Amino acid sequence: MGANIYKNKKPLVLFLVPALIFMTVFLYYPFVQNILNSFQQISSLGAANKGWNDPWYENYIKMFQDKHMRTALFNTVVMMAVTIIGQVGVAIVLAVLVDNIKKGAKFFRTVYFFPIVISATALGLMFNLIFLYDKGMINQLLEMFGKSSLTDWKDSSHALFIMMLPVMWQYVGFYFVILVTGLNNISEELYESASIDGATKWQKVRFITLPLLRNVICTCVVLAVTGALKVFDLPWVMFPKGMPLGKTWLTGTYMYYQTFNTKNVDYSSAIAVLIVVLGIITSKVVNKVFKEADY
Amino acid sequence: MKKTKFSGCTVLIYIILSFWALTTIYPIVWIIQNSFKAKDQILADSFSLPLGDVFTLSNYKTAFERLDIFSAYRNSIVISTTVAAVVILLAGFAAFALVRYYFKGKGALQSLIIAGMMFPVFSTIIPVFRMLNSWGMVNTENLWLSLLSVALPQIAGNLSFAIVVLSGYIKSLPIELEEAAYLEGCNAVQIFFKVIMPLAKPSFATVAIFSFLWSYNDLFTQMFLLRLPEQRAITRLLNELTSMEGTNYGLMAAAVALVVIPVIVVYIILQKHIIKGMTAGAVKG
Repeated sequence: MGANIYKNKKPLVLFLVPALIFMTVFLYYPFVQNILNSFQQISSLGAANKGWNDPWYENYIKMFQDKHMRTALFNTVVMMAVTIIGQVGVAIVLAVLVDNIKKGAKFFRTVYFFPIVISATALGLMFNLIFLYDKGMINQLLEMFGKSSLTDWKDSSHALFIMMLPVMWQYVGFYFVILVTGLNNISEELYESASIDGATKWQKVRFITLPLLRNVICTCVVLAVTGALKVFDLPWVMFPKGMPLGKTWLTGTYMYYQTFNTKNVDYSSAIAVLIVVLGIITSKVVNKVFKEADY
Repeated sequence: MKKTKFSGCTVLIYIILSFWALTTIYPIVWIIQNSFKAKDQILADSFSLPLGDVFTLSNYKTAFERLDIFSAYRNSIVISTTVAAVVILLAGFAAFALVRYYFKGKGALQSLIIAGMMFPVFSTIIPVFRMLNSWGMVNTENLWLSLLSVALPQIAGNLSFAIVVLSGYIKSLPIELEEAAYLEGCNAVQIFFKVIMPLAKPSFATVAIFSFLWSYNDLFTQMFLLRLPEQRAITRLLNELTSMEGTNYGLMAAAVALVVIPVIVVYIILQKHIIKGMTAGAVKG
């Protein structure tokens, strides 16, 4: 009977076509076009392309010779490591701890998730003030503890760390919420029978919680790694144009810079293609690592 | 003996959890309290509350005088409301069709939609810009066209996620109610608006809130497509602030507070939906 209502397929056109048109025009077509653009000569955003590059893969060779691109790639890989350890790792610790308390779990959930809803641009300005050389929050705090000289948090020796810290900090709550949901799905009986067998708290975490959470953790790591490739707002506000001395380029910020500041549009298309390829490779690798550990 | 050890452990847990909570709340409190202080007071002692002589509204006055905050808000709200409204309507349609109808190529279509979630904005933005530019929608004096040019790619970027979340929810609805409506003479479109939408209200709300916030906070698309200063939306305005007024720390704190406070209020009221919305797509995918 249920099938009868939906036997008439005519409304299907009305239901599906608008969404598909949107996605085709603004997602699938540009995606393919972008790959083609990366092999063509385009001298500015508004200009028509002037035919194919010679050789057609010129941009992809250039990428390996470009010193800033190497920095951007290196920084992005570091960023991935930071997101895995700093976001998912910290989130696991916090989630397991919250699972062990009776009161206040909801409060912590609300508070930890909070930075995610705030625009990264606003957070960037906020962290600019926090790490301000001429007496921002951190330098004032250090002074209160008796440090006499000011630290320049944005100089070349601190920049990378200071750029990644807020990015890491912002998304811990996101993985925390996903992991807590996963933890709530673990049956209480397992812990009870482990208690009867005399398992300690740590043993319960190590032999029950973590193995049963493997799939959820895997999802989180994939999201963290692909998320690291998409970071743009915070670094661009805090360290525009790879400041200082091109030390803080990421693939995303460098792509934007190549589009607007050097007007090398086909080159930045090629960088965008590289970002996609990196995303596919890293999520495959993460899935593989977690799957092989499955026994 | 055992009991004291247990409570000691619990206290330690609460200390660690509270420490992280402090790192997420205090910076915002700090920026808001400093938005009520003059620059020299911020640099002298940023930790004290702005009481007595220290308290000043001058940063906010400057913010409203020098920055076109109200038009930026208006631009942001126009863009983000359009995105949220179009996304729930089109994604709702598509999700309904994908769950209830059987047709050739349905599986392929579903994979294509899920694949759409993987495209980072970097990989589509240049062709999108060139296309919109050729349609005369970028760098145009016409404000509404410019705002629409930001909304269009953002809609497309949110559809995949929205379809996945809404499909999951519509699948769990009992088909009997739709059958009853059908017997009373409703056609498929009426069934969608009169049965599906009211029943799936929570998940539509979730998707709407997520799309709105995502669009409100997205700087990258605005950087590409809103080129004229008077057309800036709120995040774009904030981004320009560093170069315009980079050393006016009080003003910067006030601007951050002005952008963040509405979001905090909305978050406190709707937090359940927001948290669900922003993690739903992730867990499903």
